[in-house]
Amino acid sequence: MEGQELPCVLIDCIGGKHGVYEDHAEFLKERFCLITMKEYLENKSFLGKKIRAIYMWYHKPVINEELLQSLPNLKIVASSGAGVDHLDLNLLSSYGVKVSNTPLTVSTDTADLGMALMLASSRRLVEGHQMAISPDTEYFPANWLGAEVSGATLGIVGMGTIGYKVAERAKAFEMKILYHNRKQRNKEEEHAVGATYCKKIDDLLQQADFVMLAVKLTPQTHKLIGKRELQLMKPTAILINISRGLVVDQDALVEALQNKVIKAAALDVTYPEPLPRDHPLLKLKDVLITPHIGSATVKTRHLMKENMTESIQAGLAGLPIPNEVLL
Amino acid sequence: MMEGEELPGLLVNEVGGMHGILHDHVEFLKKHFCLITMKEFLESEKNLRKKVQAIYLWWHKPVIDKDLLQSLPNLKVIANSGVGMDHLDLKLIASFGVKMANAPRAVSSSTADTGMALLLASARRLVEGYHVAISPGMEYCEADFLGVEVTGATLGIIGMGSIGYKIALRAKAFEMKILYHNRTRRKEQEEQAVGAIYCEKLDDLLCQADFVMVVVSLTPQTHKLIGKREMELMKPTATLVNISRGAVVDQEALVIALRTGVIRAAALDVTYPEPLPRDHPLLKLKNVIITPHLGIKTDKATRMITEEAVENILAALTGLPMPSEVLPS
Repeated sequence: MEGQELPCVLIDCIGGKHGVYEDHAEFLKERFCLITMKEYLENKSFLGKKIRAIYMWYHKPVINEELLQSLPNLKIVASSGAGVDHLDLNLLSSYGVKVSNTPLTVSTDTADLGMALMLASSRRLVEGHQMAISPDTEYFPANWLGAEVSGATLGIVGMGTIGYKVAERAKAFEMKILYHNRKQRNKEEEHAVGATYCKKIDDLLQQADFVMLAVKLTPQTHKLIGKRELQLMKPTAILINISRGLVVDQDALVEALQNKVIKAAALDVTYPEPLPRDHPLLKLKDVLITPHIGSATVKTRHLMKENMTESIQAGLAGLPIPNEVLL
Repeated sequence: MMEGEELPGLLVNEVGGMHGILHDHVEFLKKHFCLITMKEFLESEKNLRKKVQAIYLWWHKPVIDKDLLQSLPNLKVIANSGVGMDHLDLKLIASFGVKMANAPRAVSSSTADTGMALLLASARRLVEGYHVAISPGMEYCEADFLGVEVTGATLGIIGMGSIGYKIALRAKAFEMKILYHNRTRRKEQEEQAVGAIYCEKLDDLLCQADFVMVVVSLTPQTHKLIGKREMELMKPTATLVNISRGAVVDQEALVIALRTGVIRAAALDVTYPEPLPRDHPLLKLKNVIITPHLGIKTDKATRMITEEAVENILAALTGLPMPSEVLPS
């Protein structure tokens, strides 16, 4: 086999809709002996022992107990993106396998997307585009209006790296910024973005024109925004979700939108992804959905690949692992 | 008998409907003026012609021509809803001794927001993404759909007036490198506050920018400012965003540039005409976002525009200095 000296790393496949990008594969092949799932399955007994790391690109290959049992020399799983809610961390730990993610590379792109969704939803950009290109349009009505972002109140739920970057951007739009977080940030950090801490999420929900969700998905944040929270929001408010679909009670959201309890929603994440094609969220006029593109830029994906490579190399050399995910 | 006969007559095109003054603004206007619609004026010209002292233009209507000006002997001022005055013959109006005003303060934040909204939507392929997310048949994978990065990219602002400057303030928060081209250079402190670098030659801006944002007024000098030559100077990975006027961009050249990959994409809040004819090639290109002149279309901005217009009109009628008088240059 080509490159036998290089450590063997399992990937799902190269190219196509789900695979590692061709240009990324070139980079990886200079450092690793890449084995695709297809190759592995065709020669399990020989290749199983050689695989020392898994390069998990967008949740593939799927890791289950059967796979872990067949890879006795597996040391590390490098997972793309920030979220690790798709991994059974306990299971991996029980096999002595370390895990890494790429939390920081995604943060600026995700913050940018949060801003993009807030602006698009508020100014009715997608609707406007449809009007601009529709075969039936004869003129643009003068009384067709959106809501202003500049000077409005933004409530950020989850002020981690991504939430803070959103605050930095929103400040330039002269927005009033409220935030809710497990811990209050220090005074300098708050002052730098003009953010006011809301210990109670209710206070944030009642005042915000825009509610932006930037929390991690944990048992505590599961369905954090439900019927009660939606009813606390202003009827003119817009909910923006760049965290995980499960942070929002989707059924409650549908009801709230149908009854105009809130004005609109912009969701980069849903549960599941994609939504079933007959889901009511797909039919509501005031919902903007994007296909989980929070970190979807050429540059960021290159950075992710580089970070994952670093983590694998450190893991195999027994060195401290950058971006290690600890239980 | 008309309500509020003591108040000066304000001519407007119509109230409500597709082209008229917003219903929400009527009460406020009636506090200061006797509102006269064009329909009422035309039906009763002899009685009303002397009452009209001011005109409030809403989306360029009513059309101001010589006939109208001649039929309004007591007209003192025309207030425009918005900042662009390219639809008016400023010299003609001035020749009748009529003052003019626009609404620069009201428009700047919401138009800057529109510019940023379009830049972000285009870079991250928001409209395309929405269609992928809701399409009945399409299967997608999040790994496969890529846009271009905004944070840390280079933004070239063409036209650094109050709107252009507000865009620079917003872009700075995205850690963008900011270049700008303007008739006159801004003061050093203003440049430093947003980290903007002056490009005396437009070409220098075009060669370096990842995003080119056009924010100029439409004048004979800026007509077709961005043409084939300018687009070829741009990077093939660059995005053109136009929030100024459709006629600032050579639309035919833009179609070719987008089709042949001379530039990556365009986002246009303005076109020539508006709306475009339904068979126009721009409507069919996948790498174009067109919005229906959203610039100031918010409740807040429209309300501020009417307030600014009223301020200017009242100042003109009482012989006081007008906050935003526009002189024929």
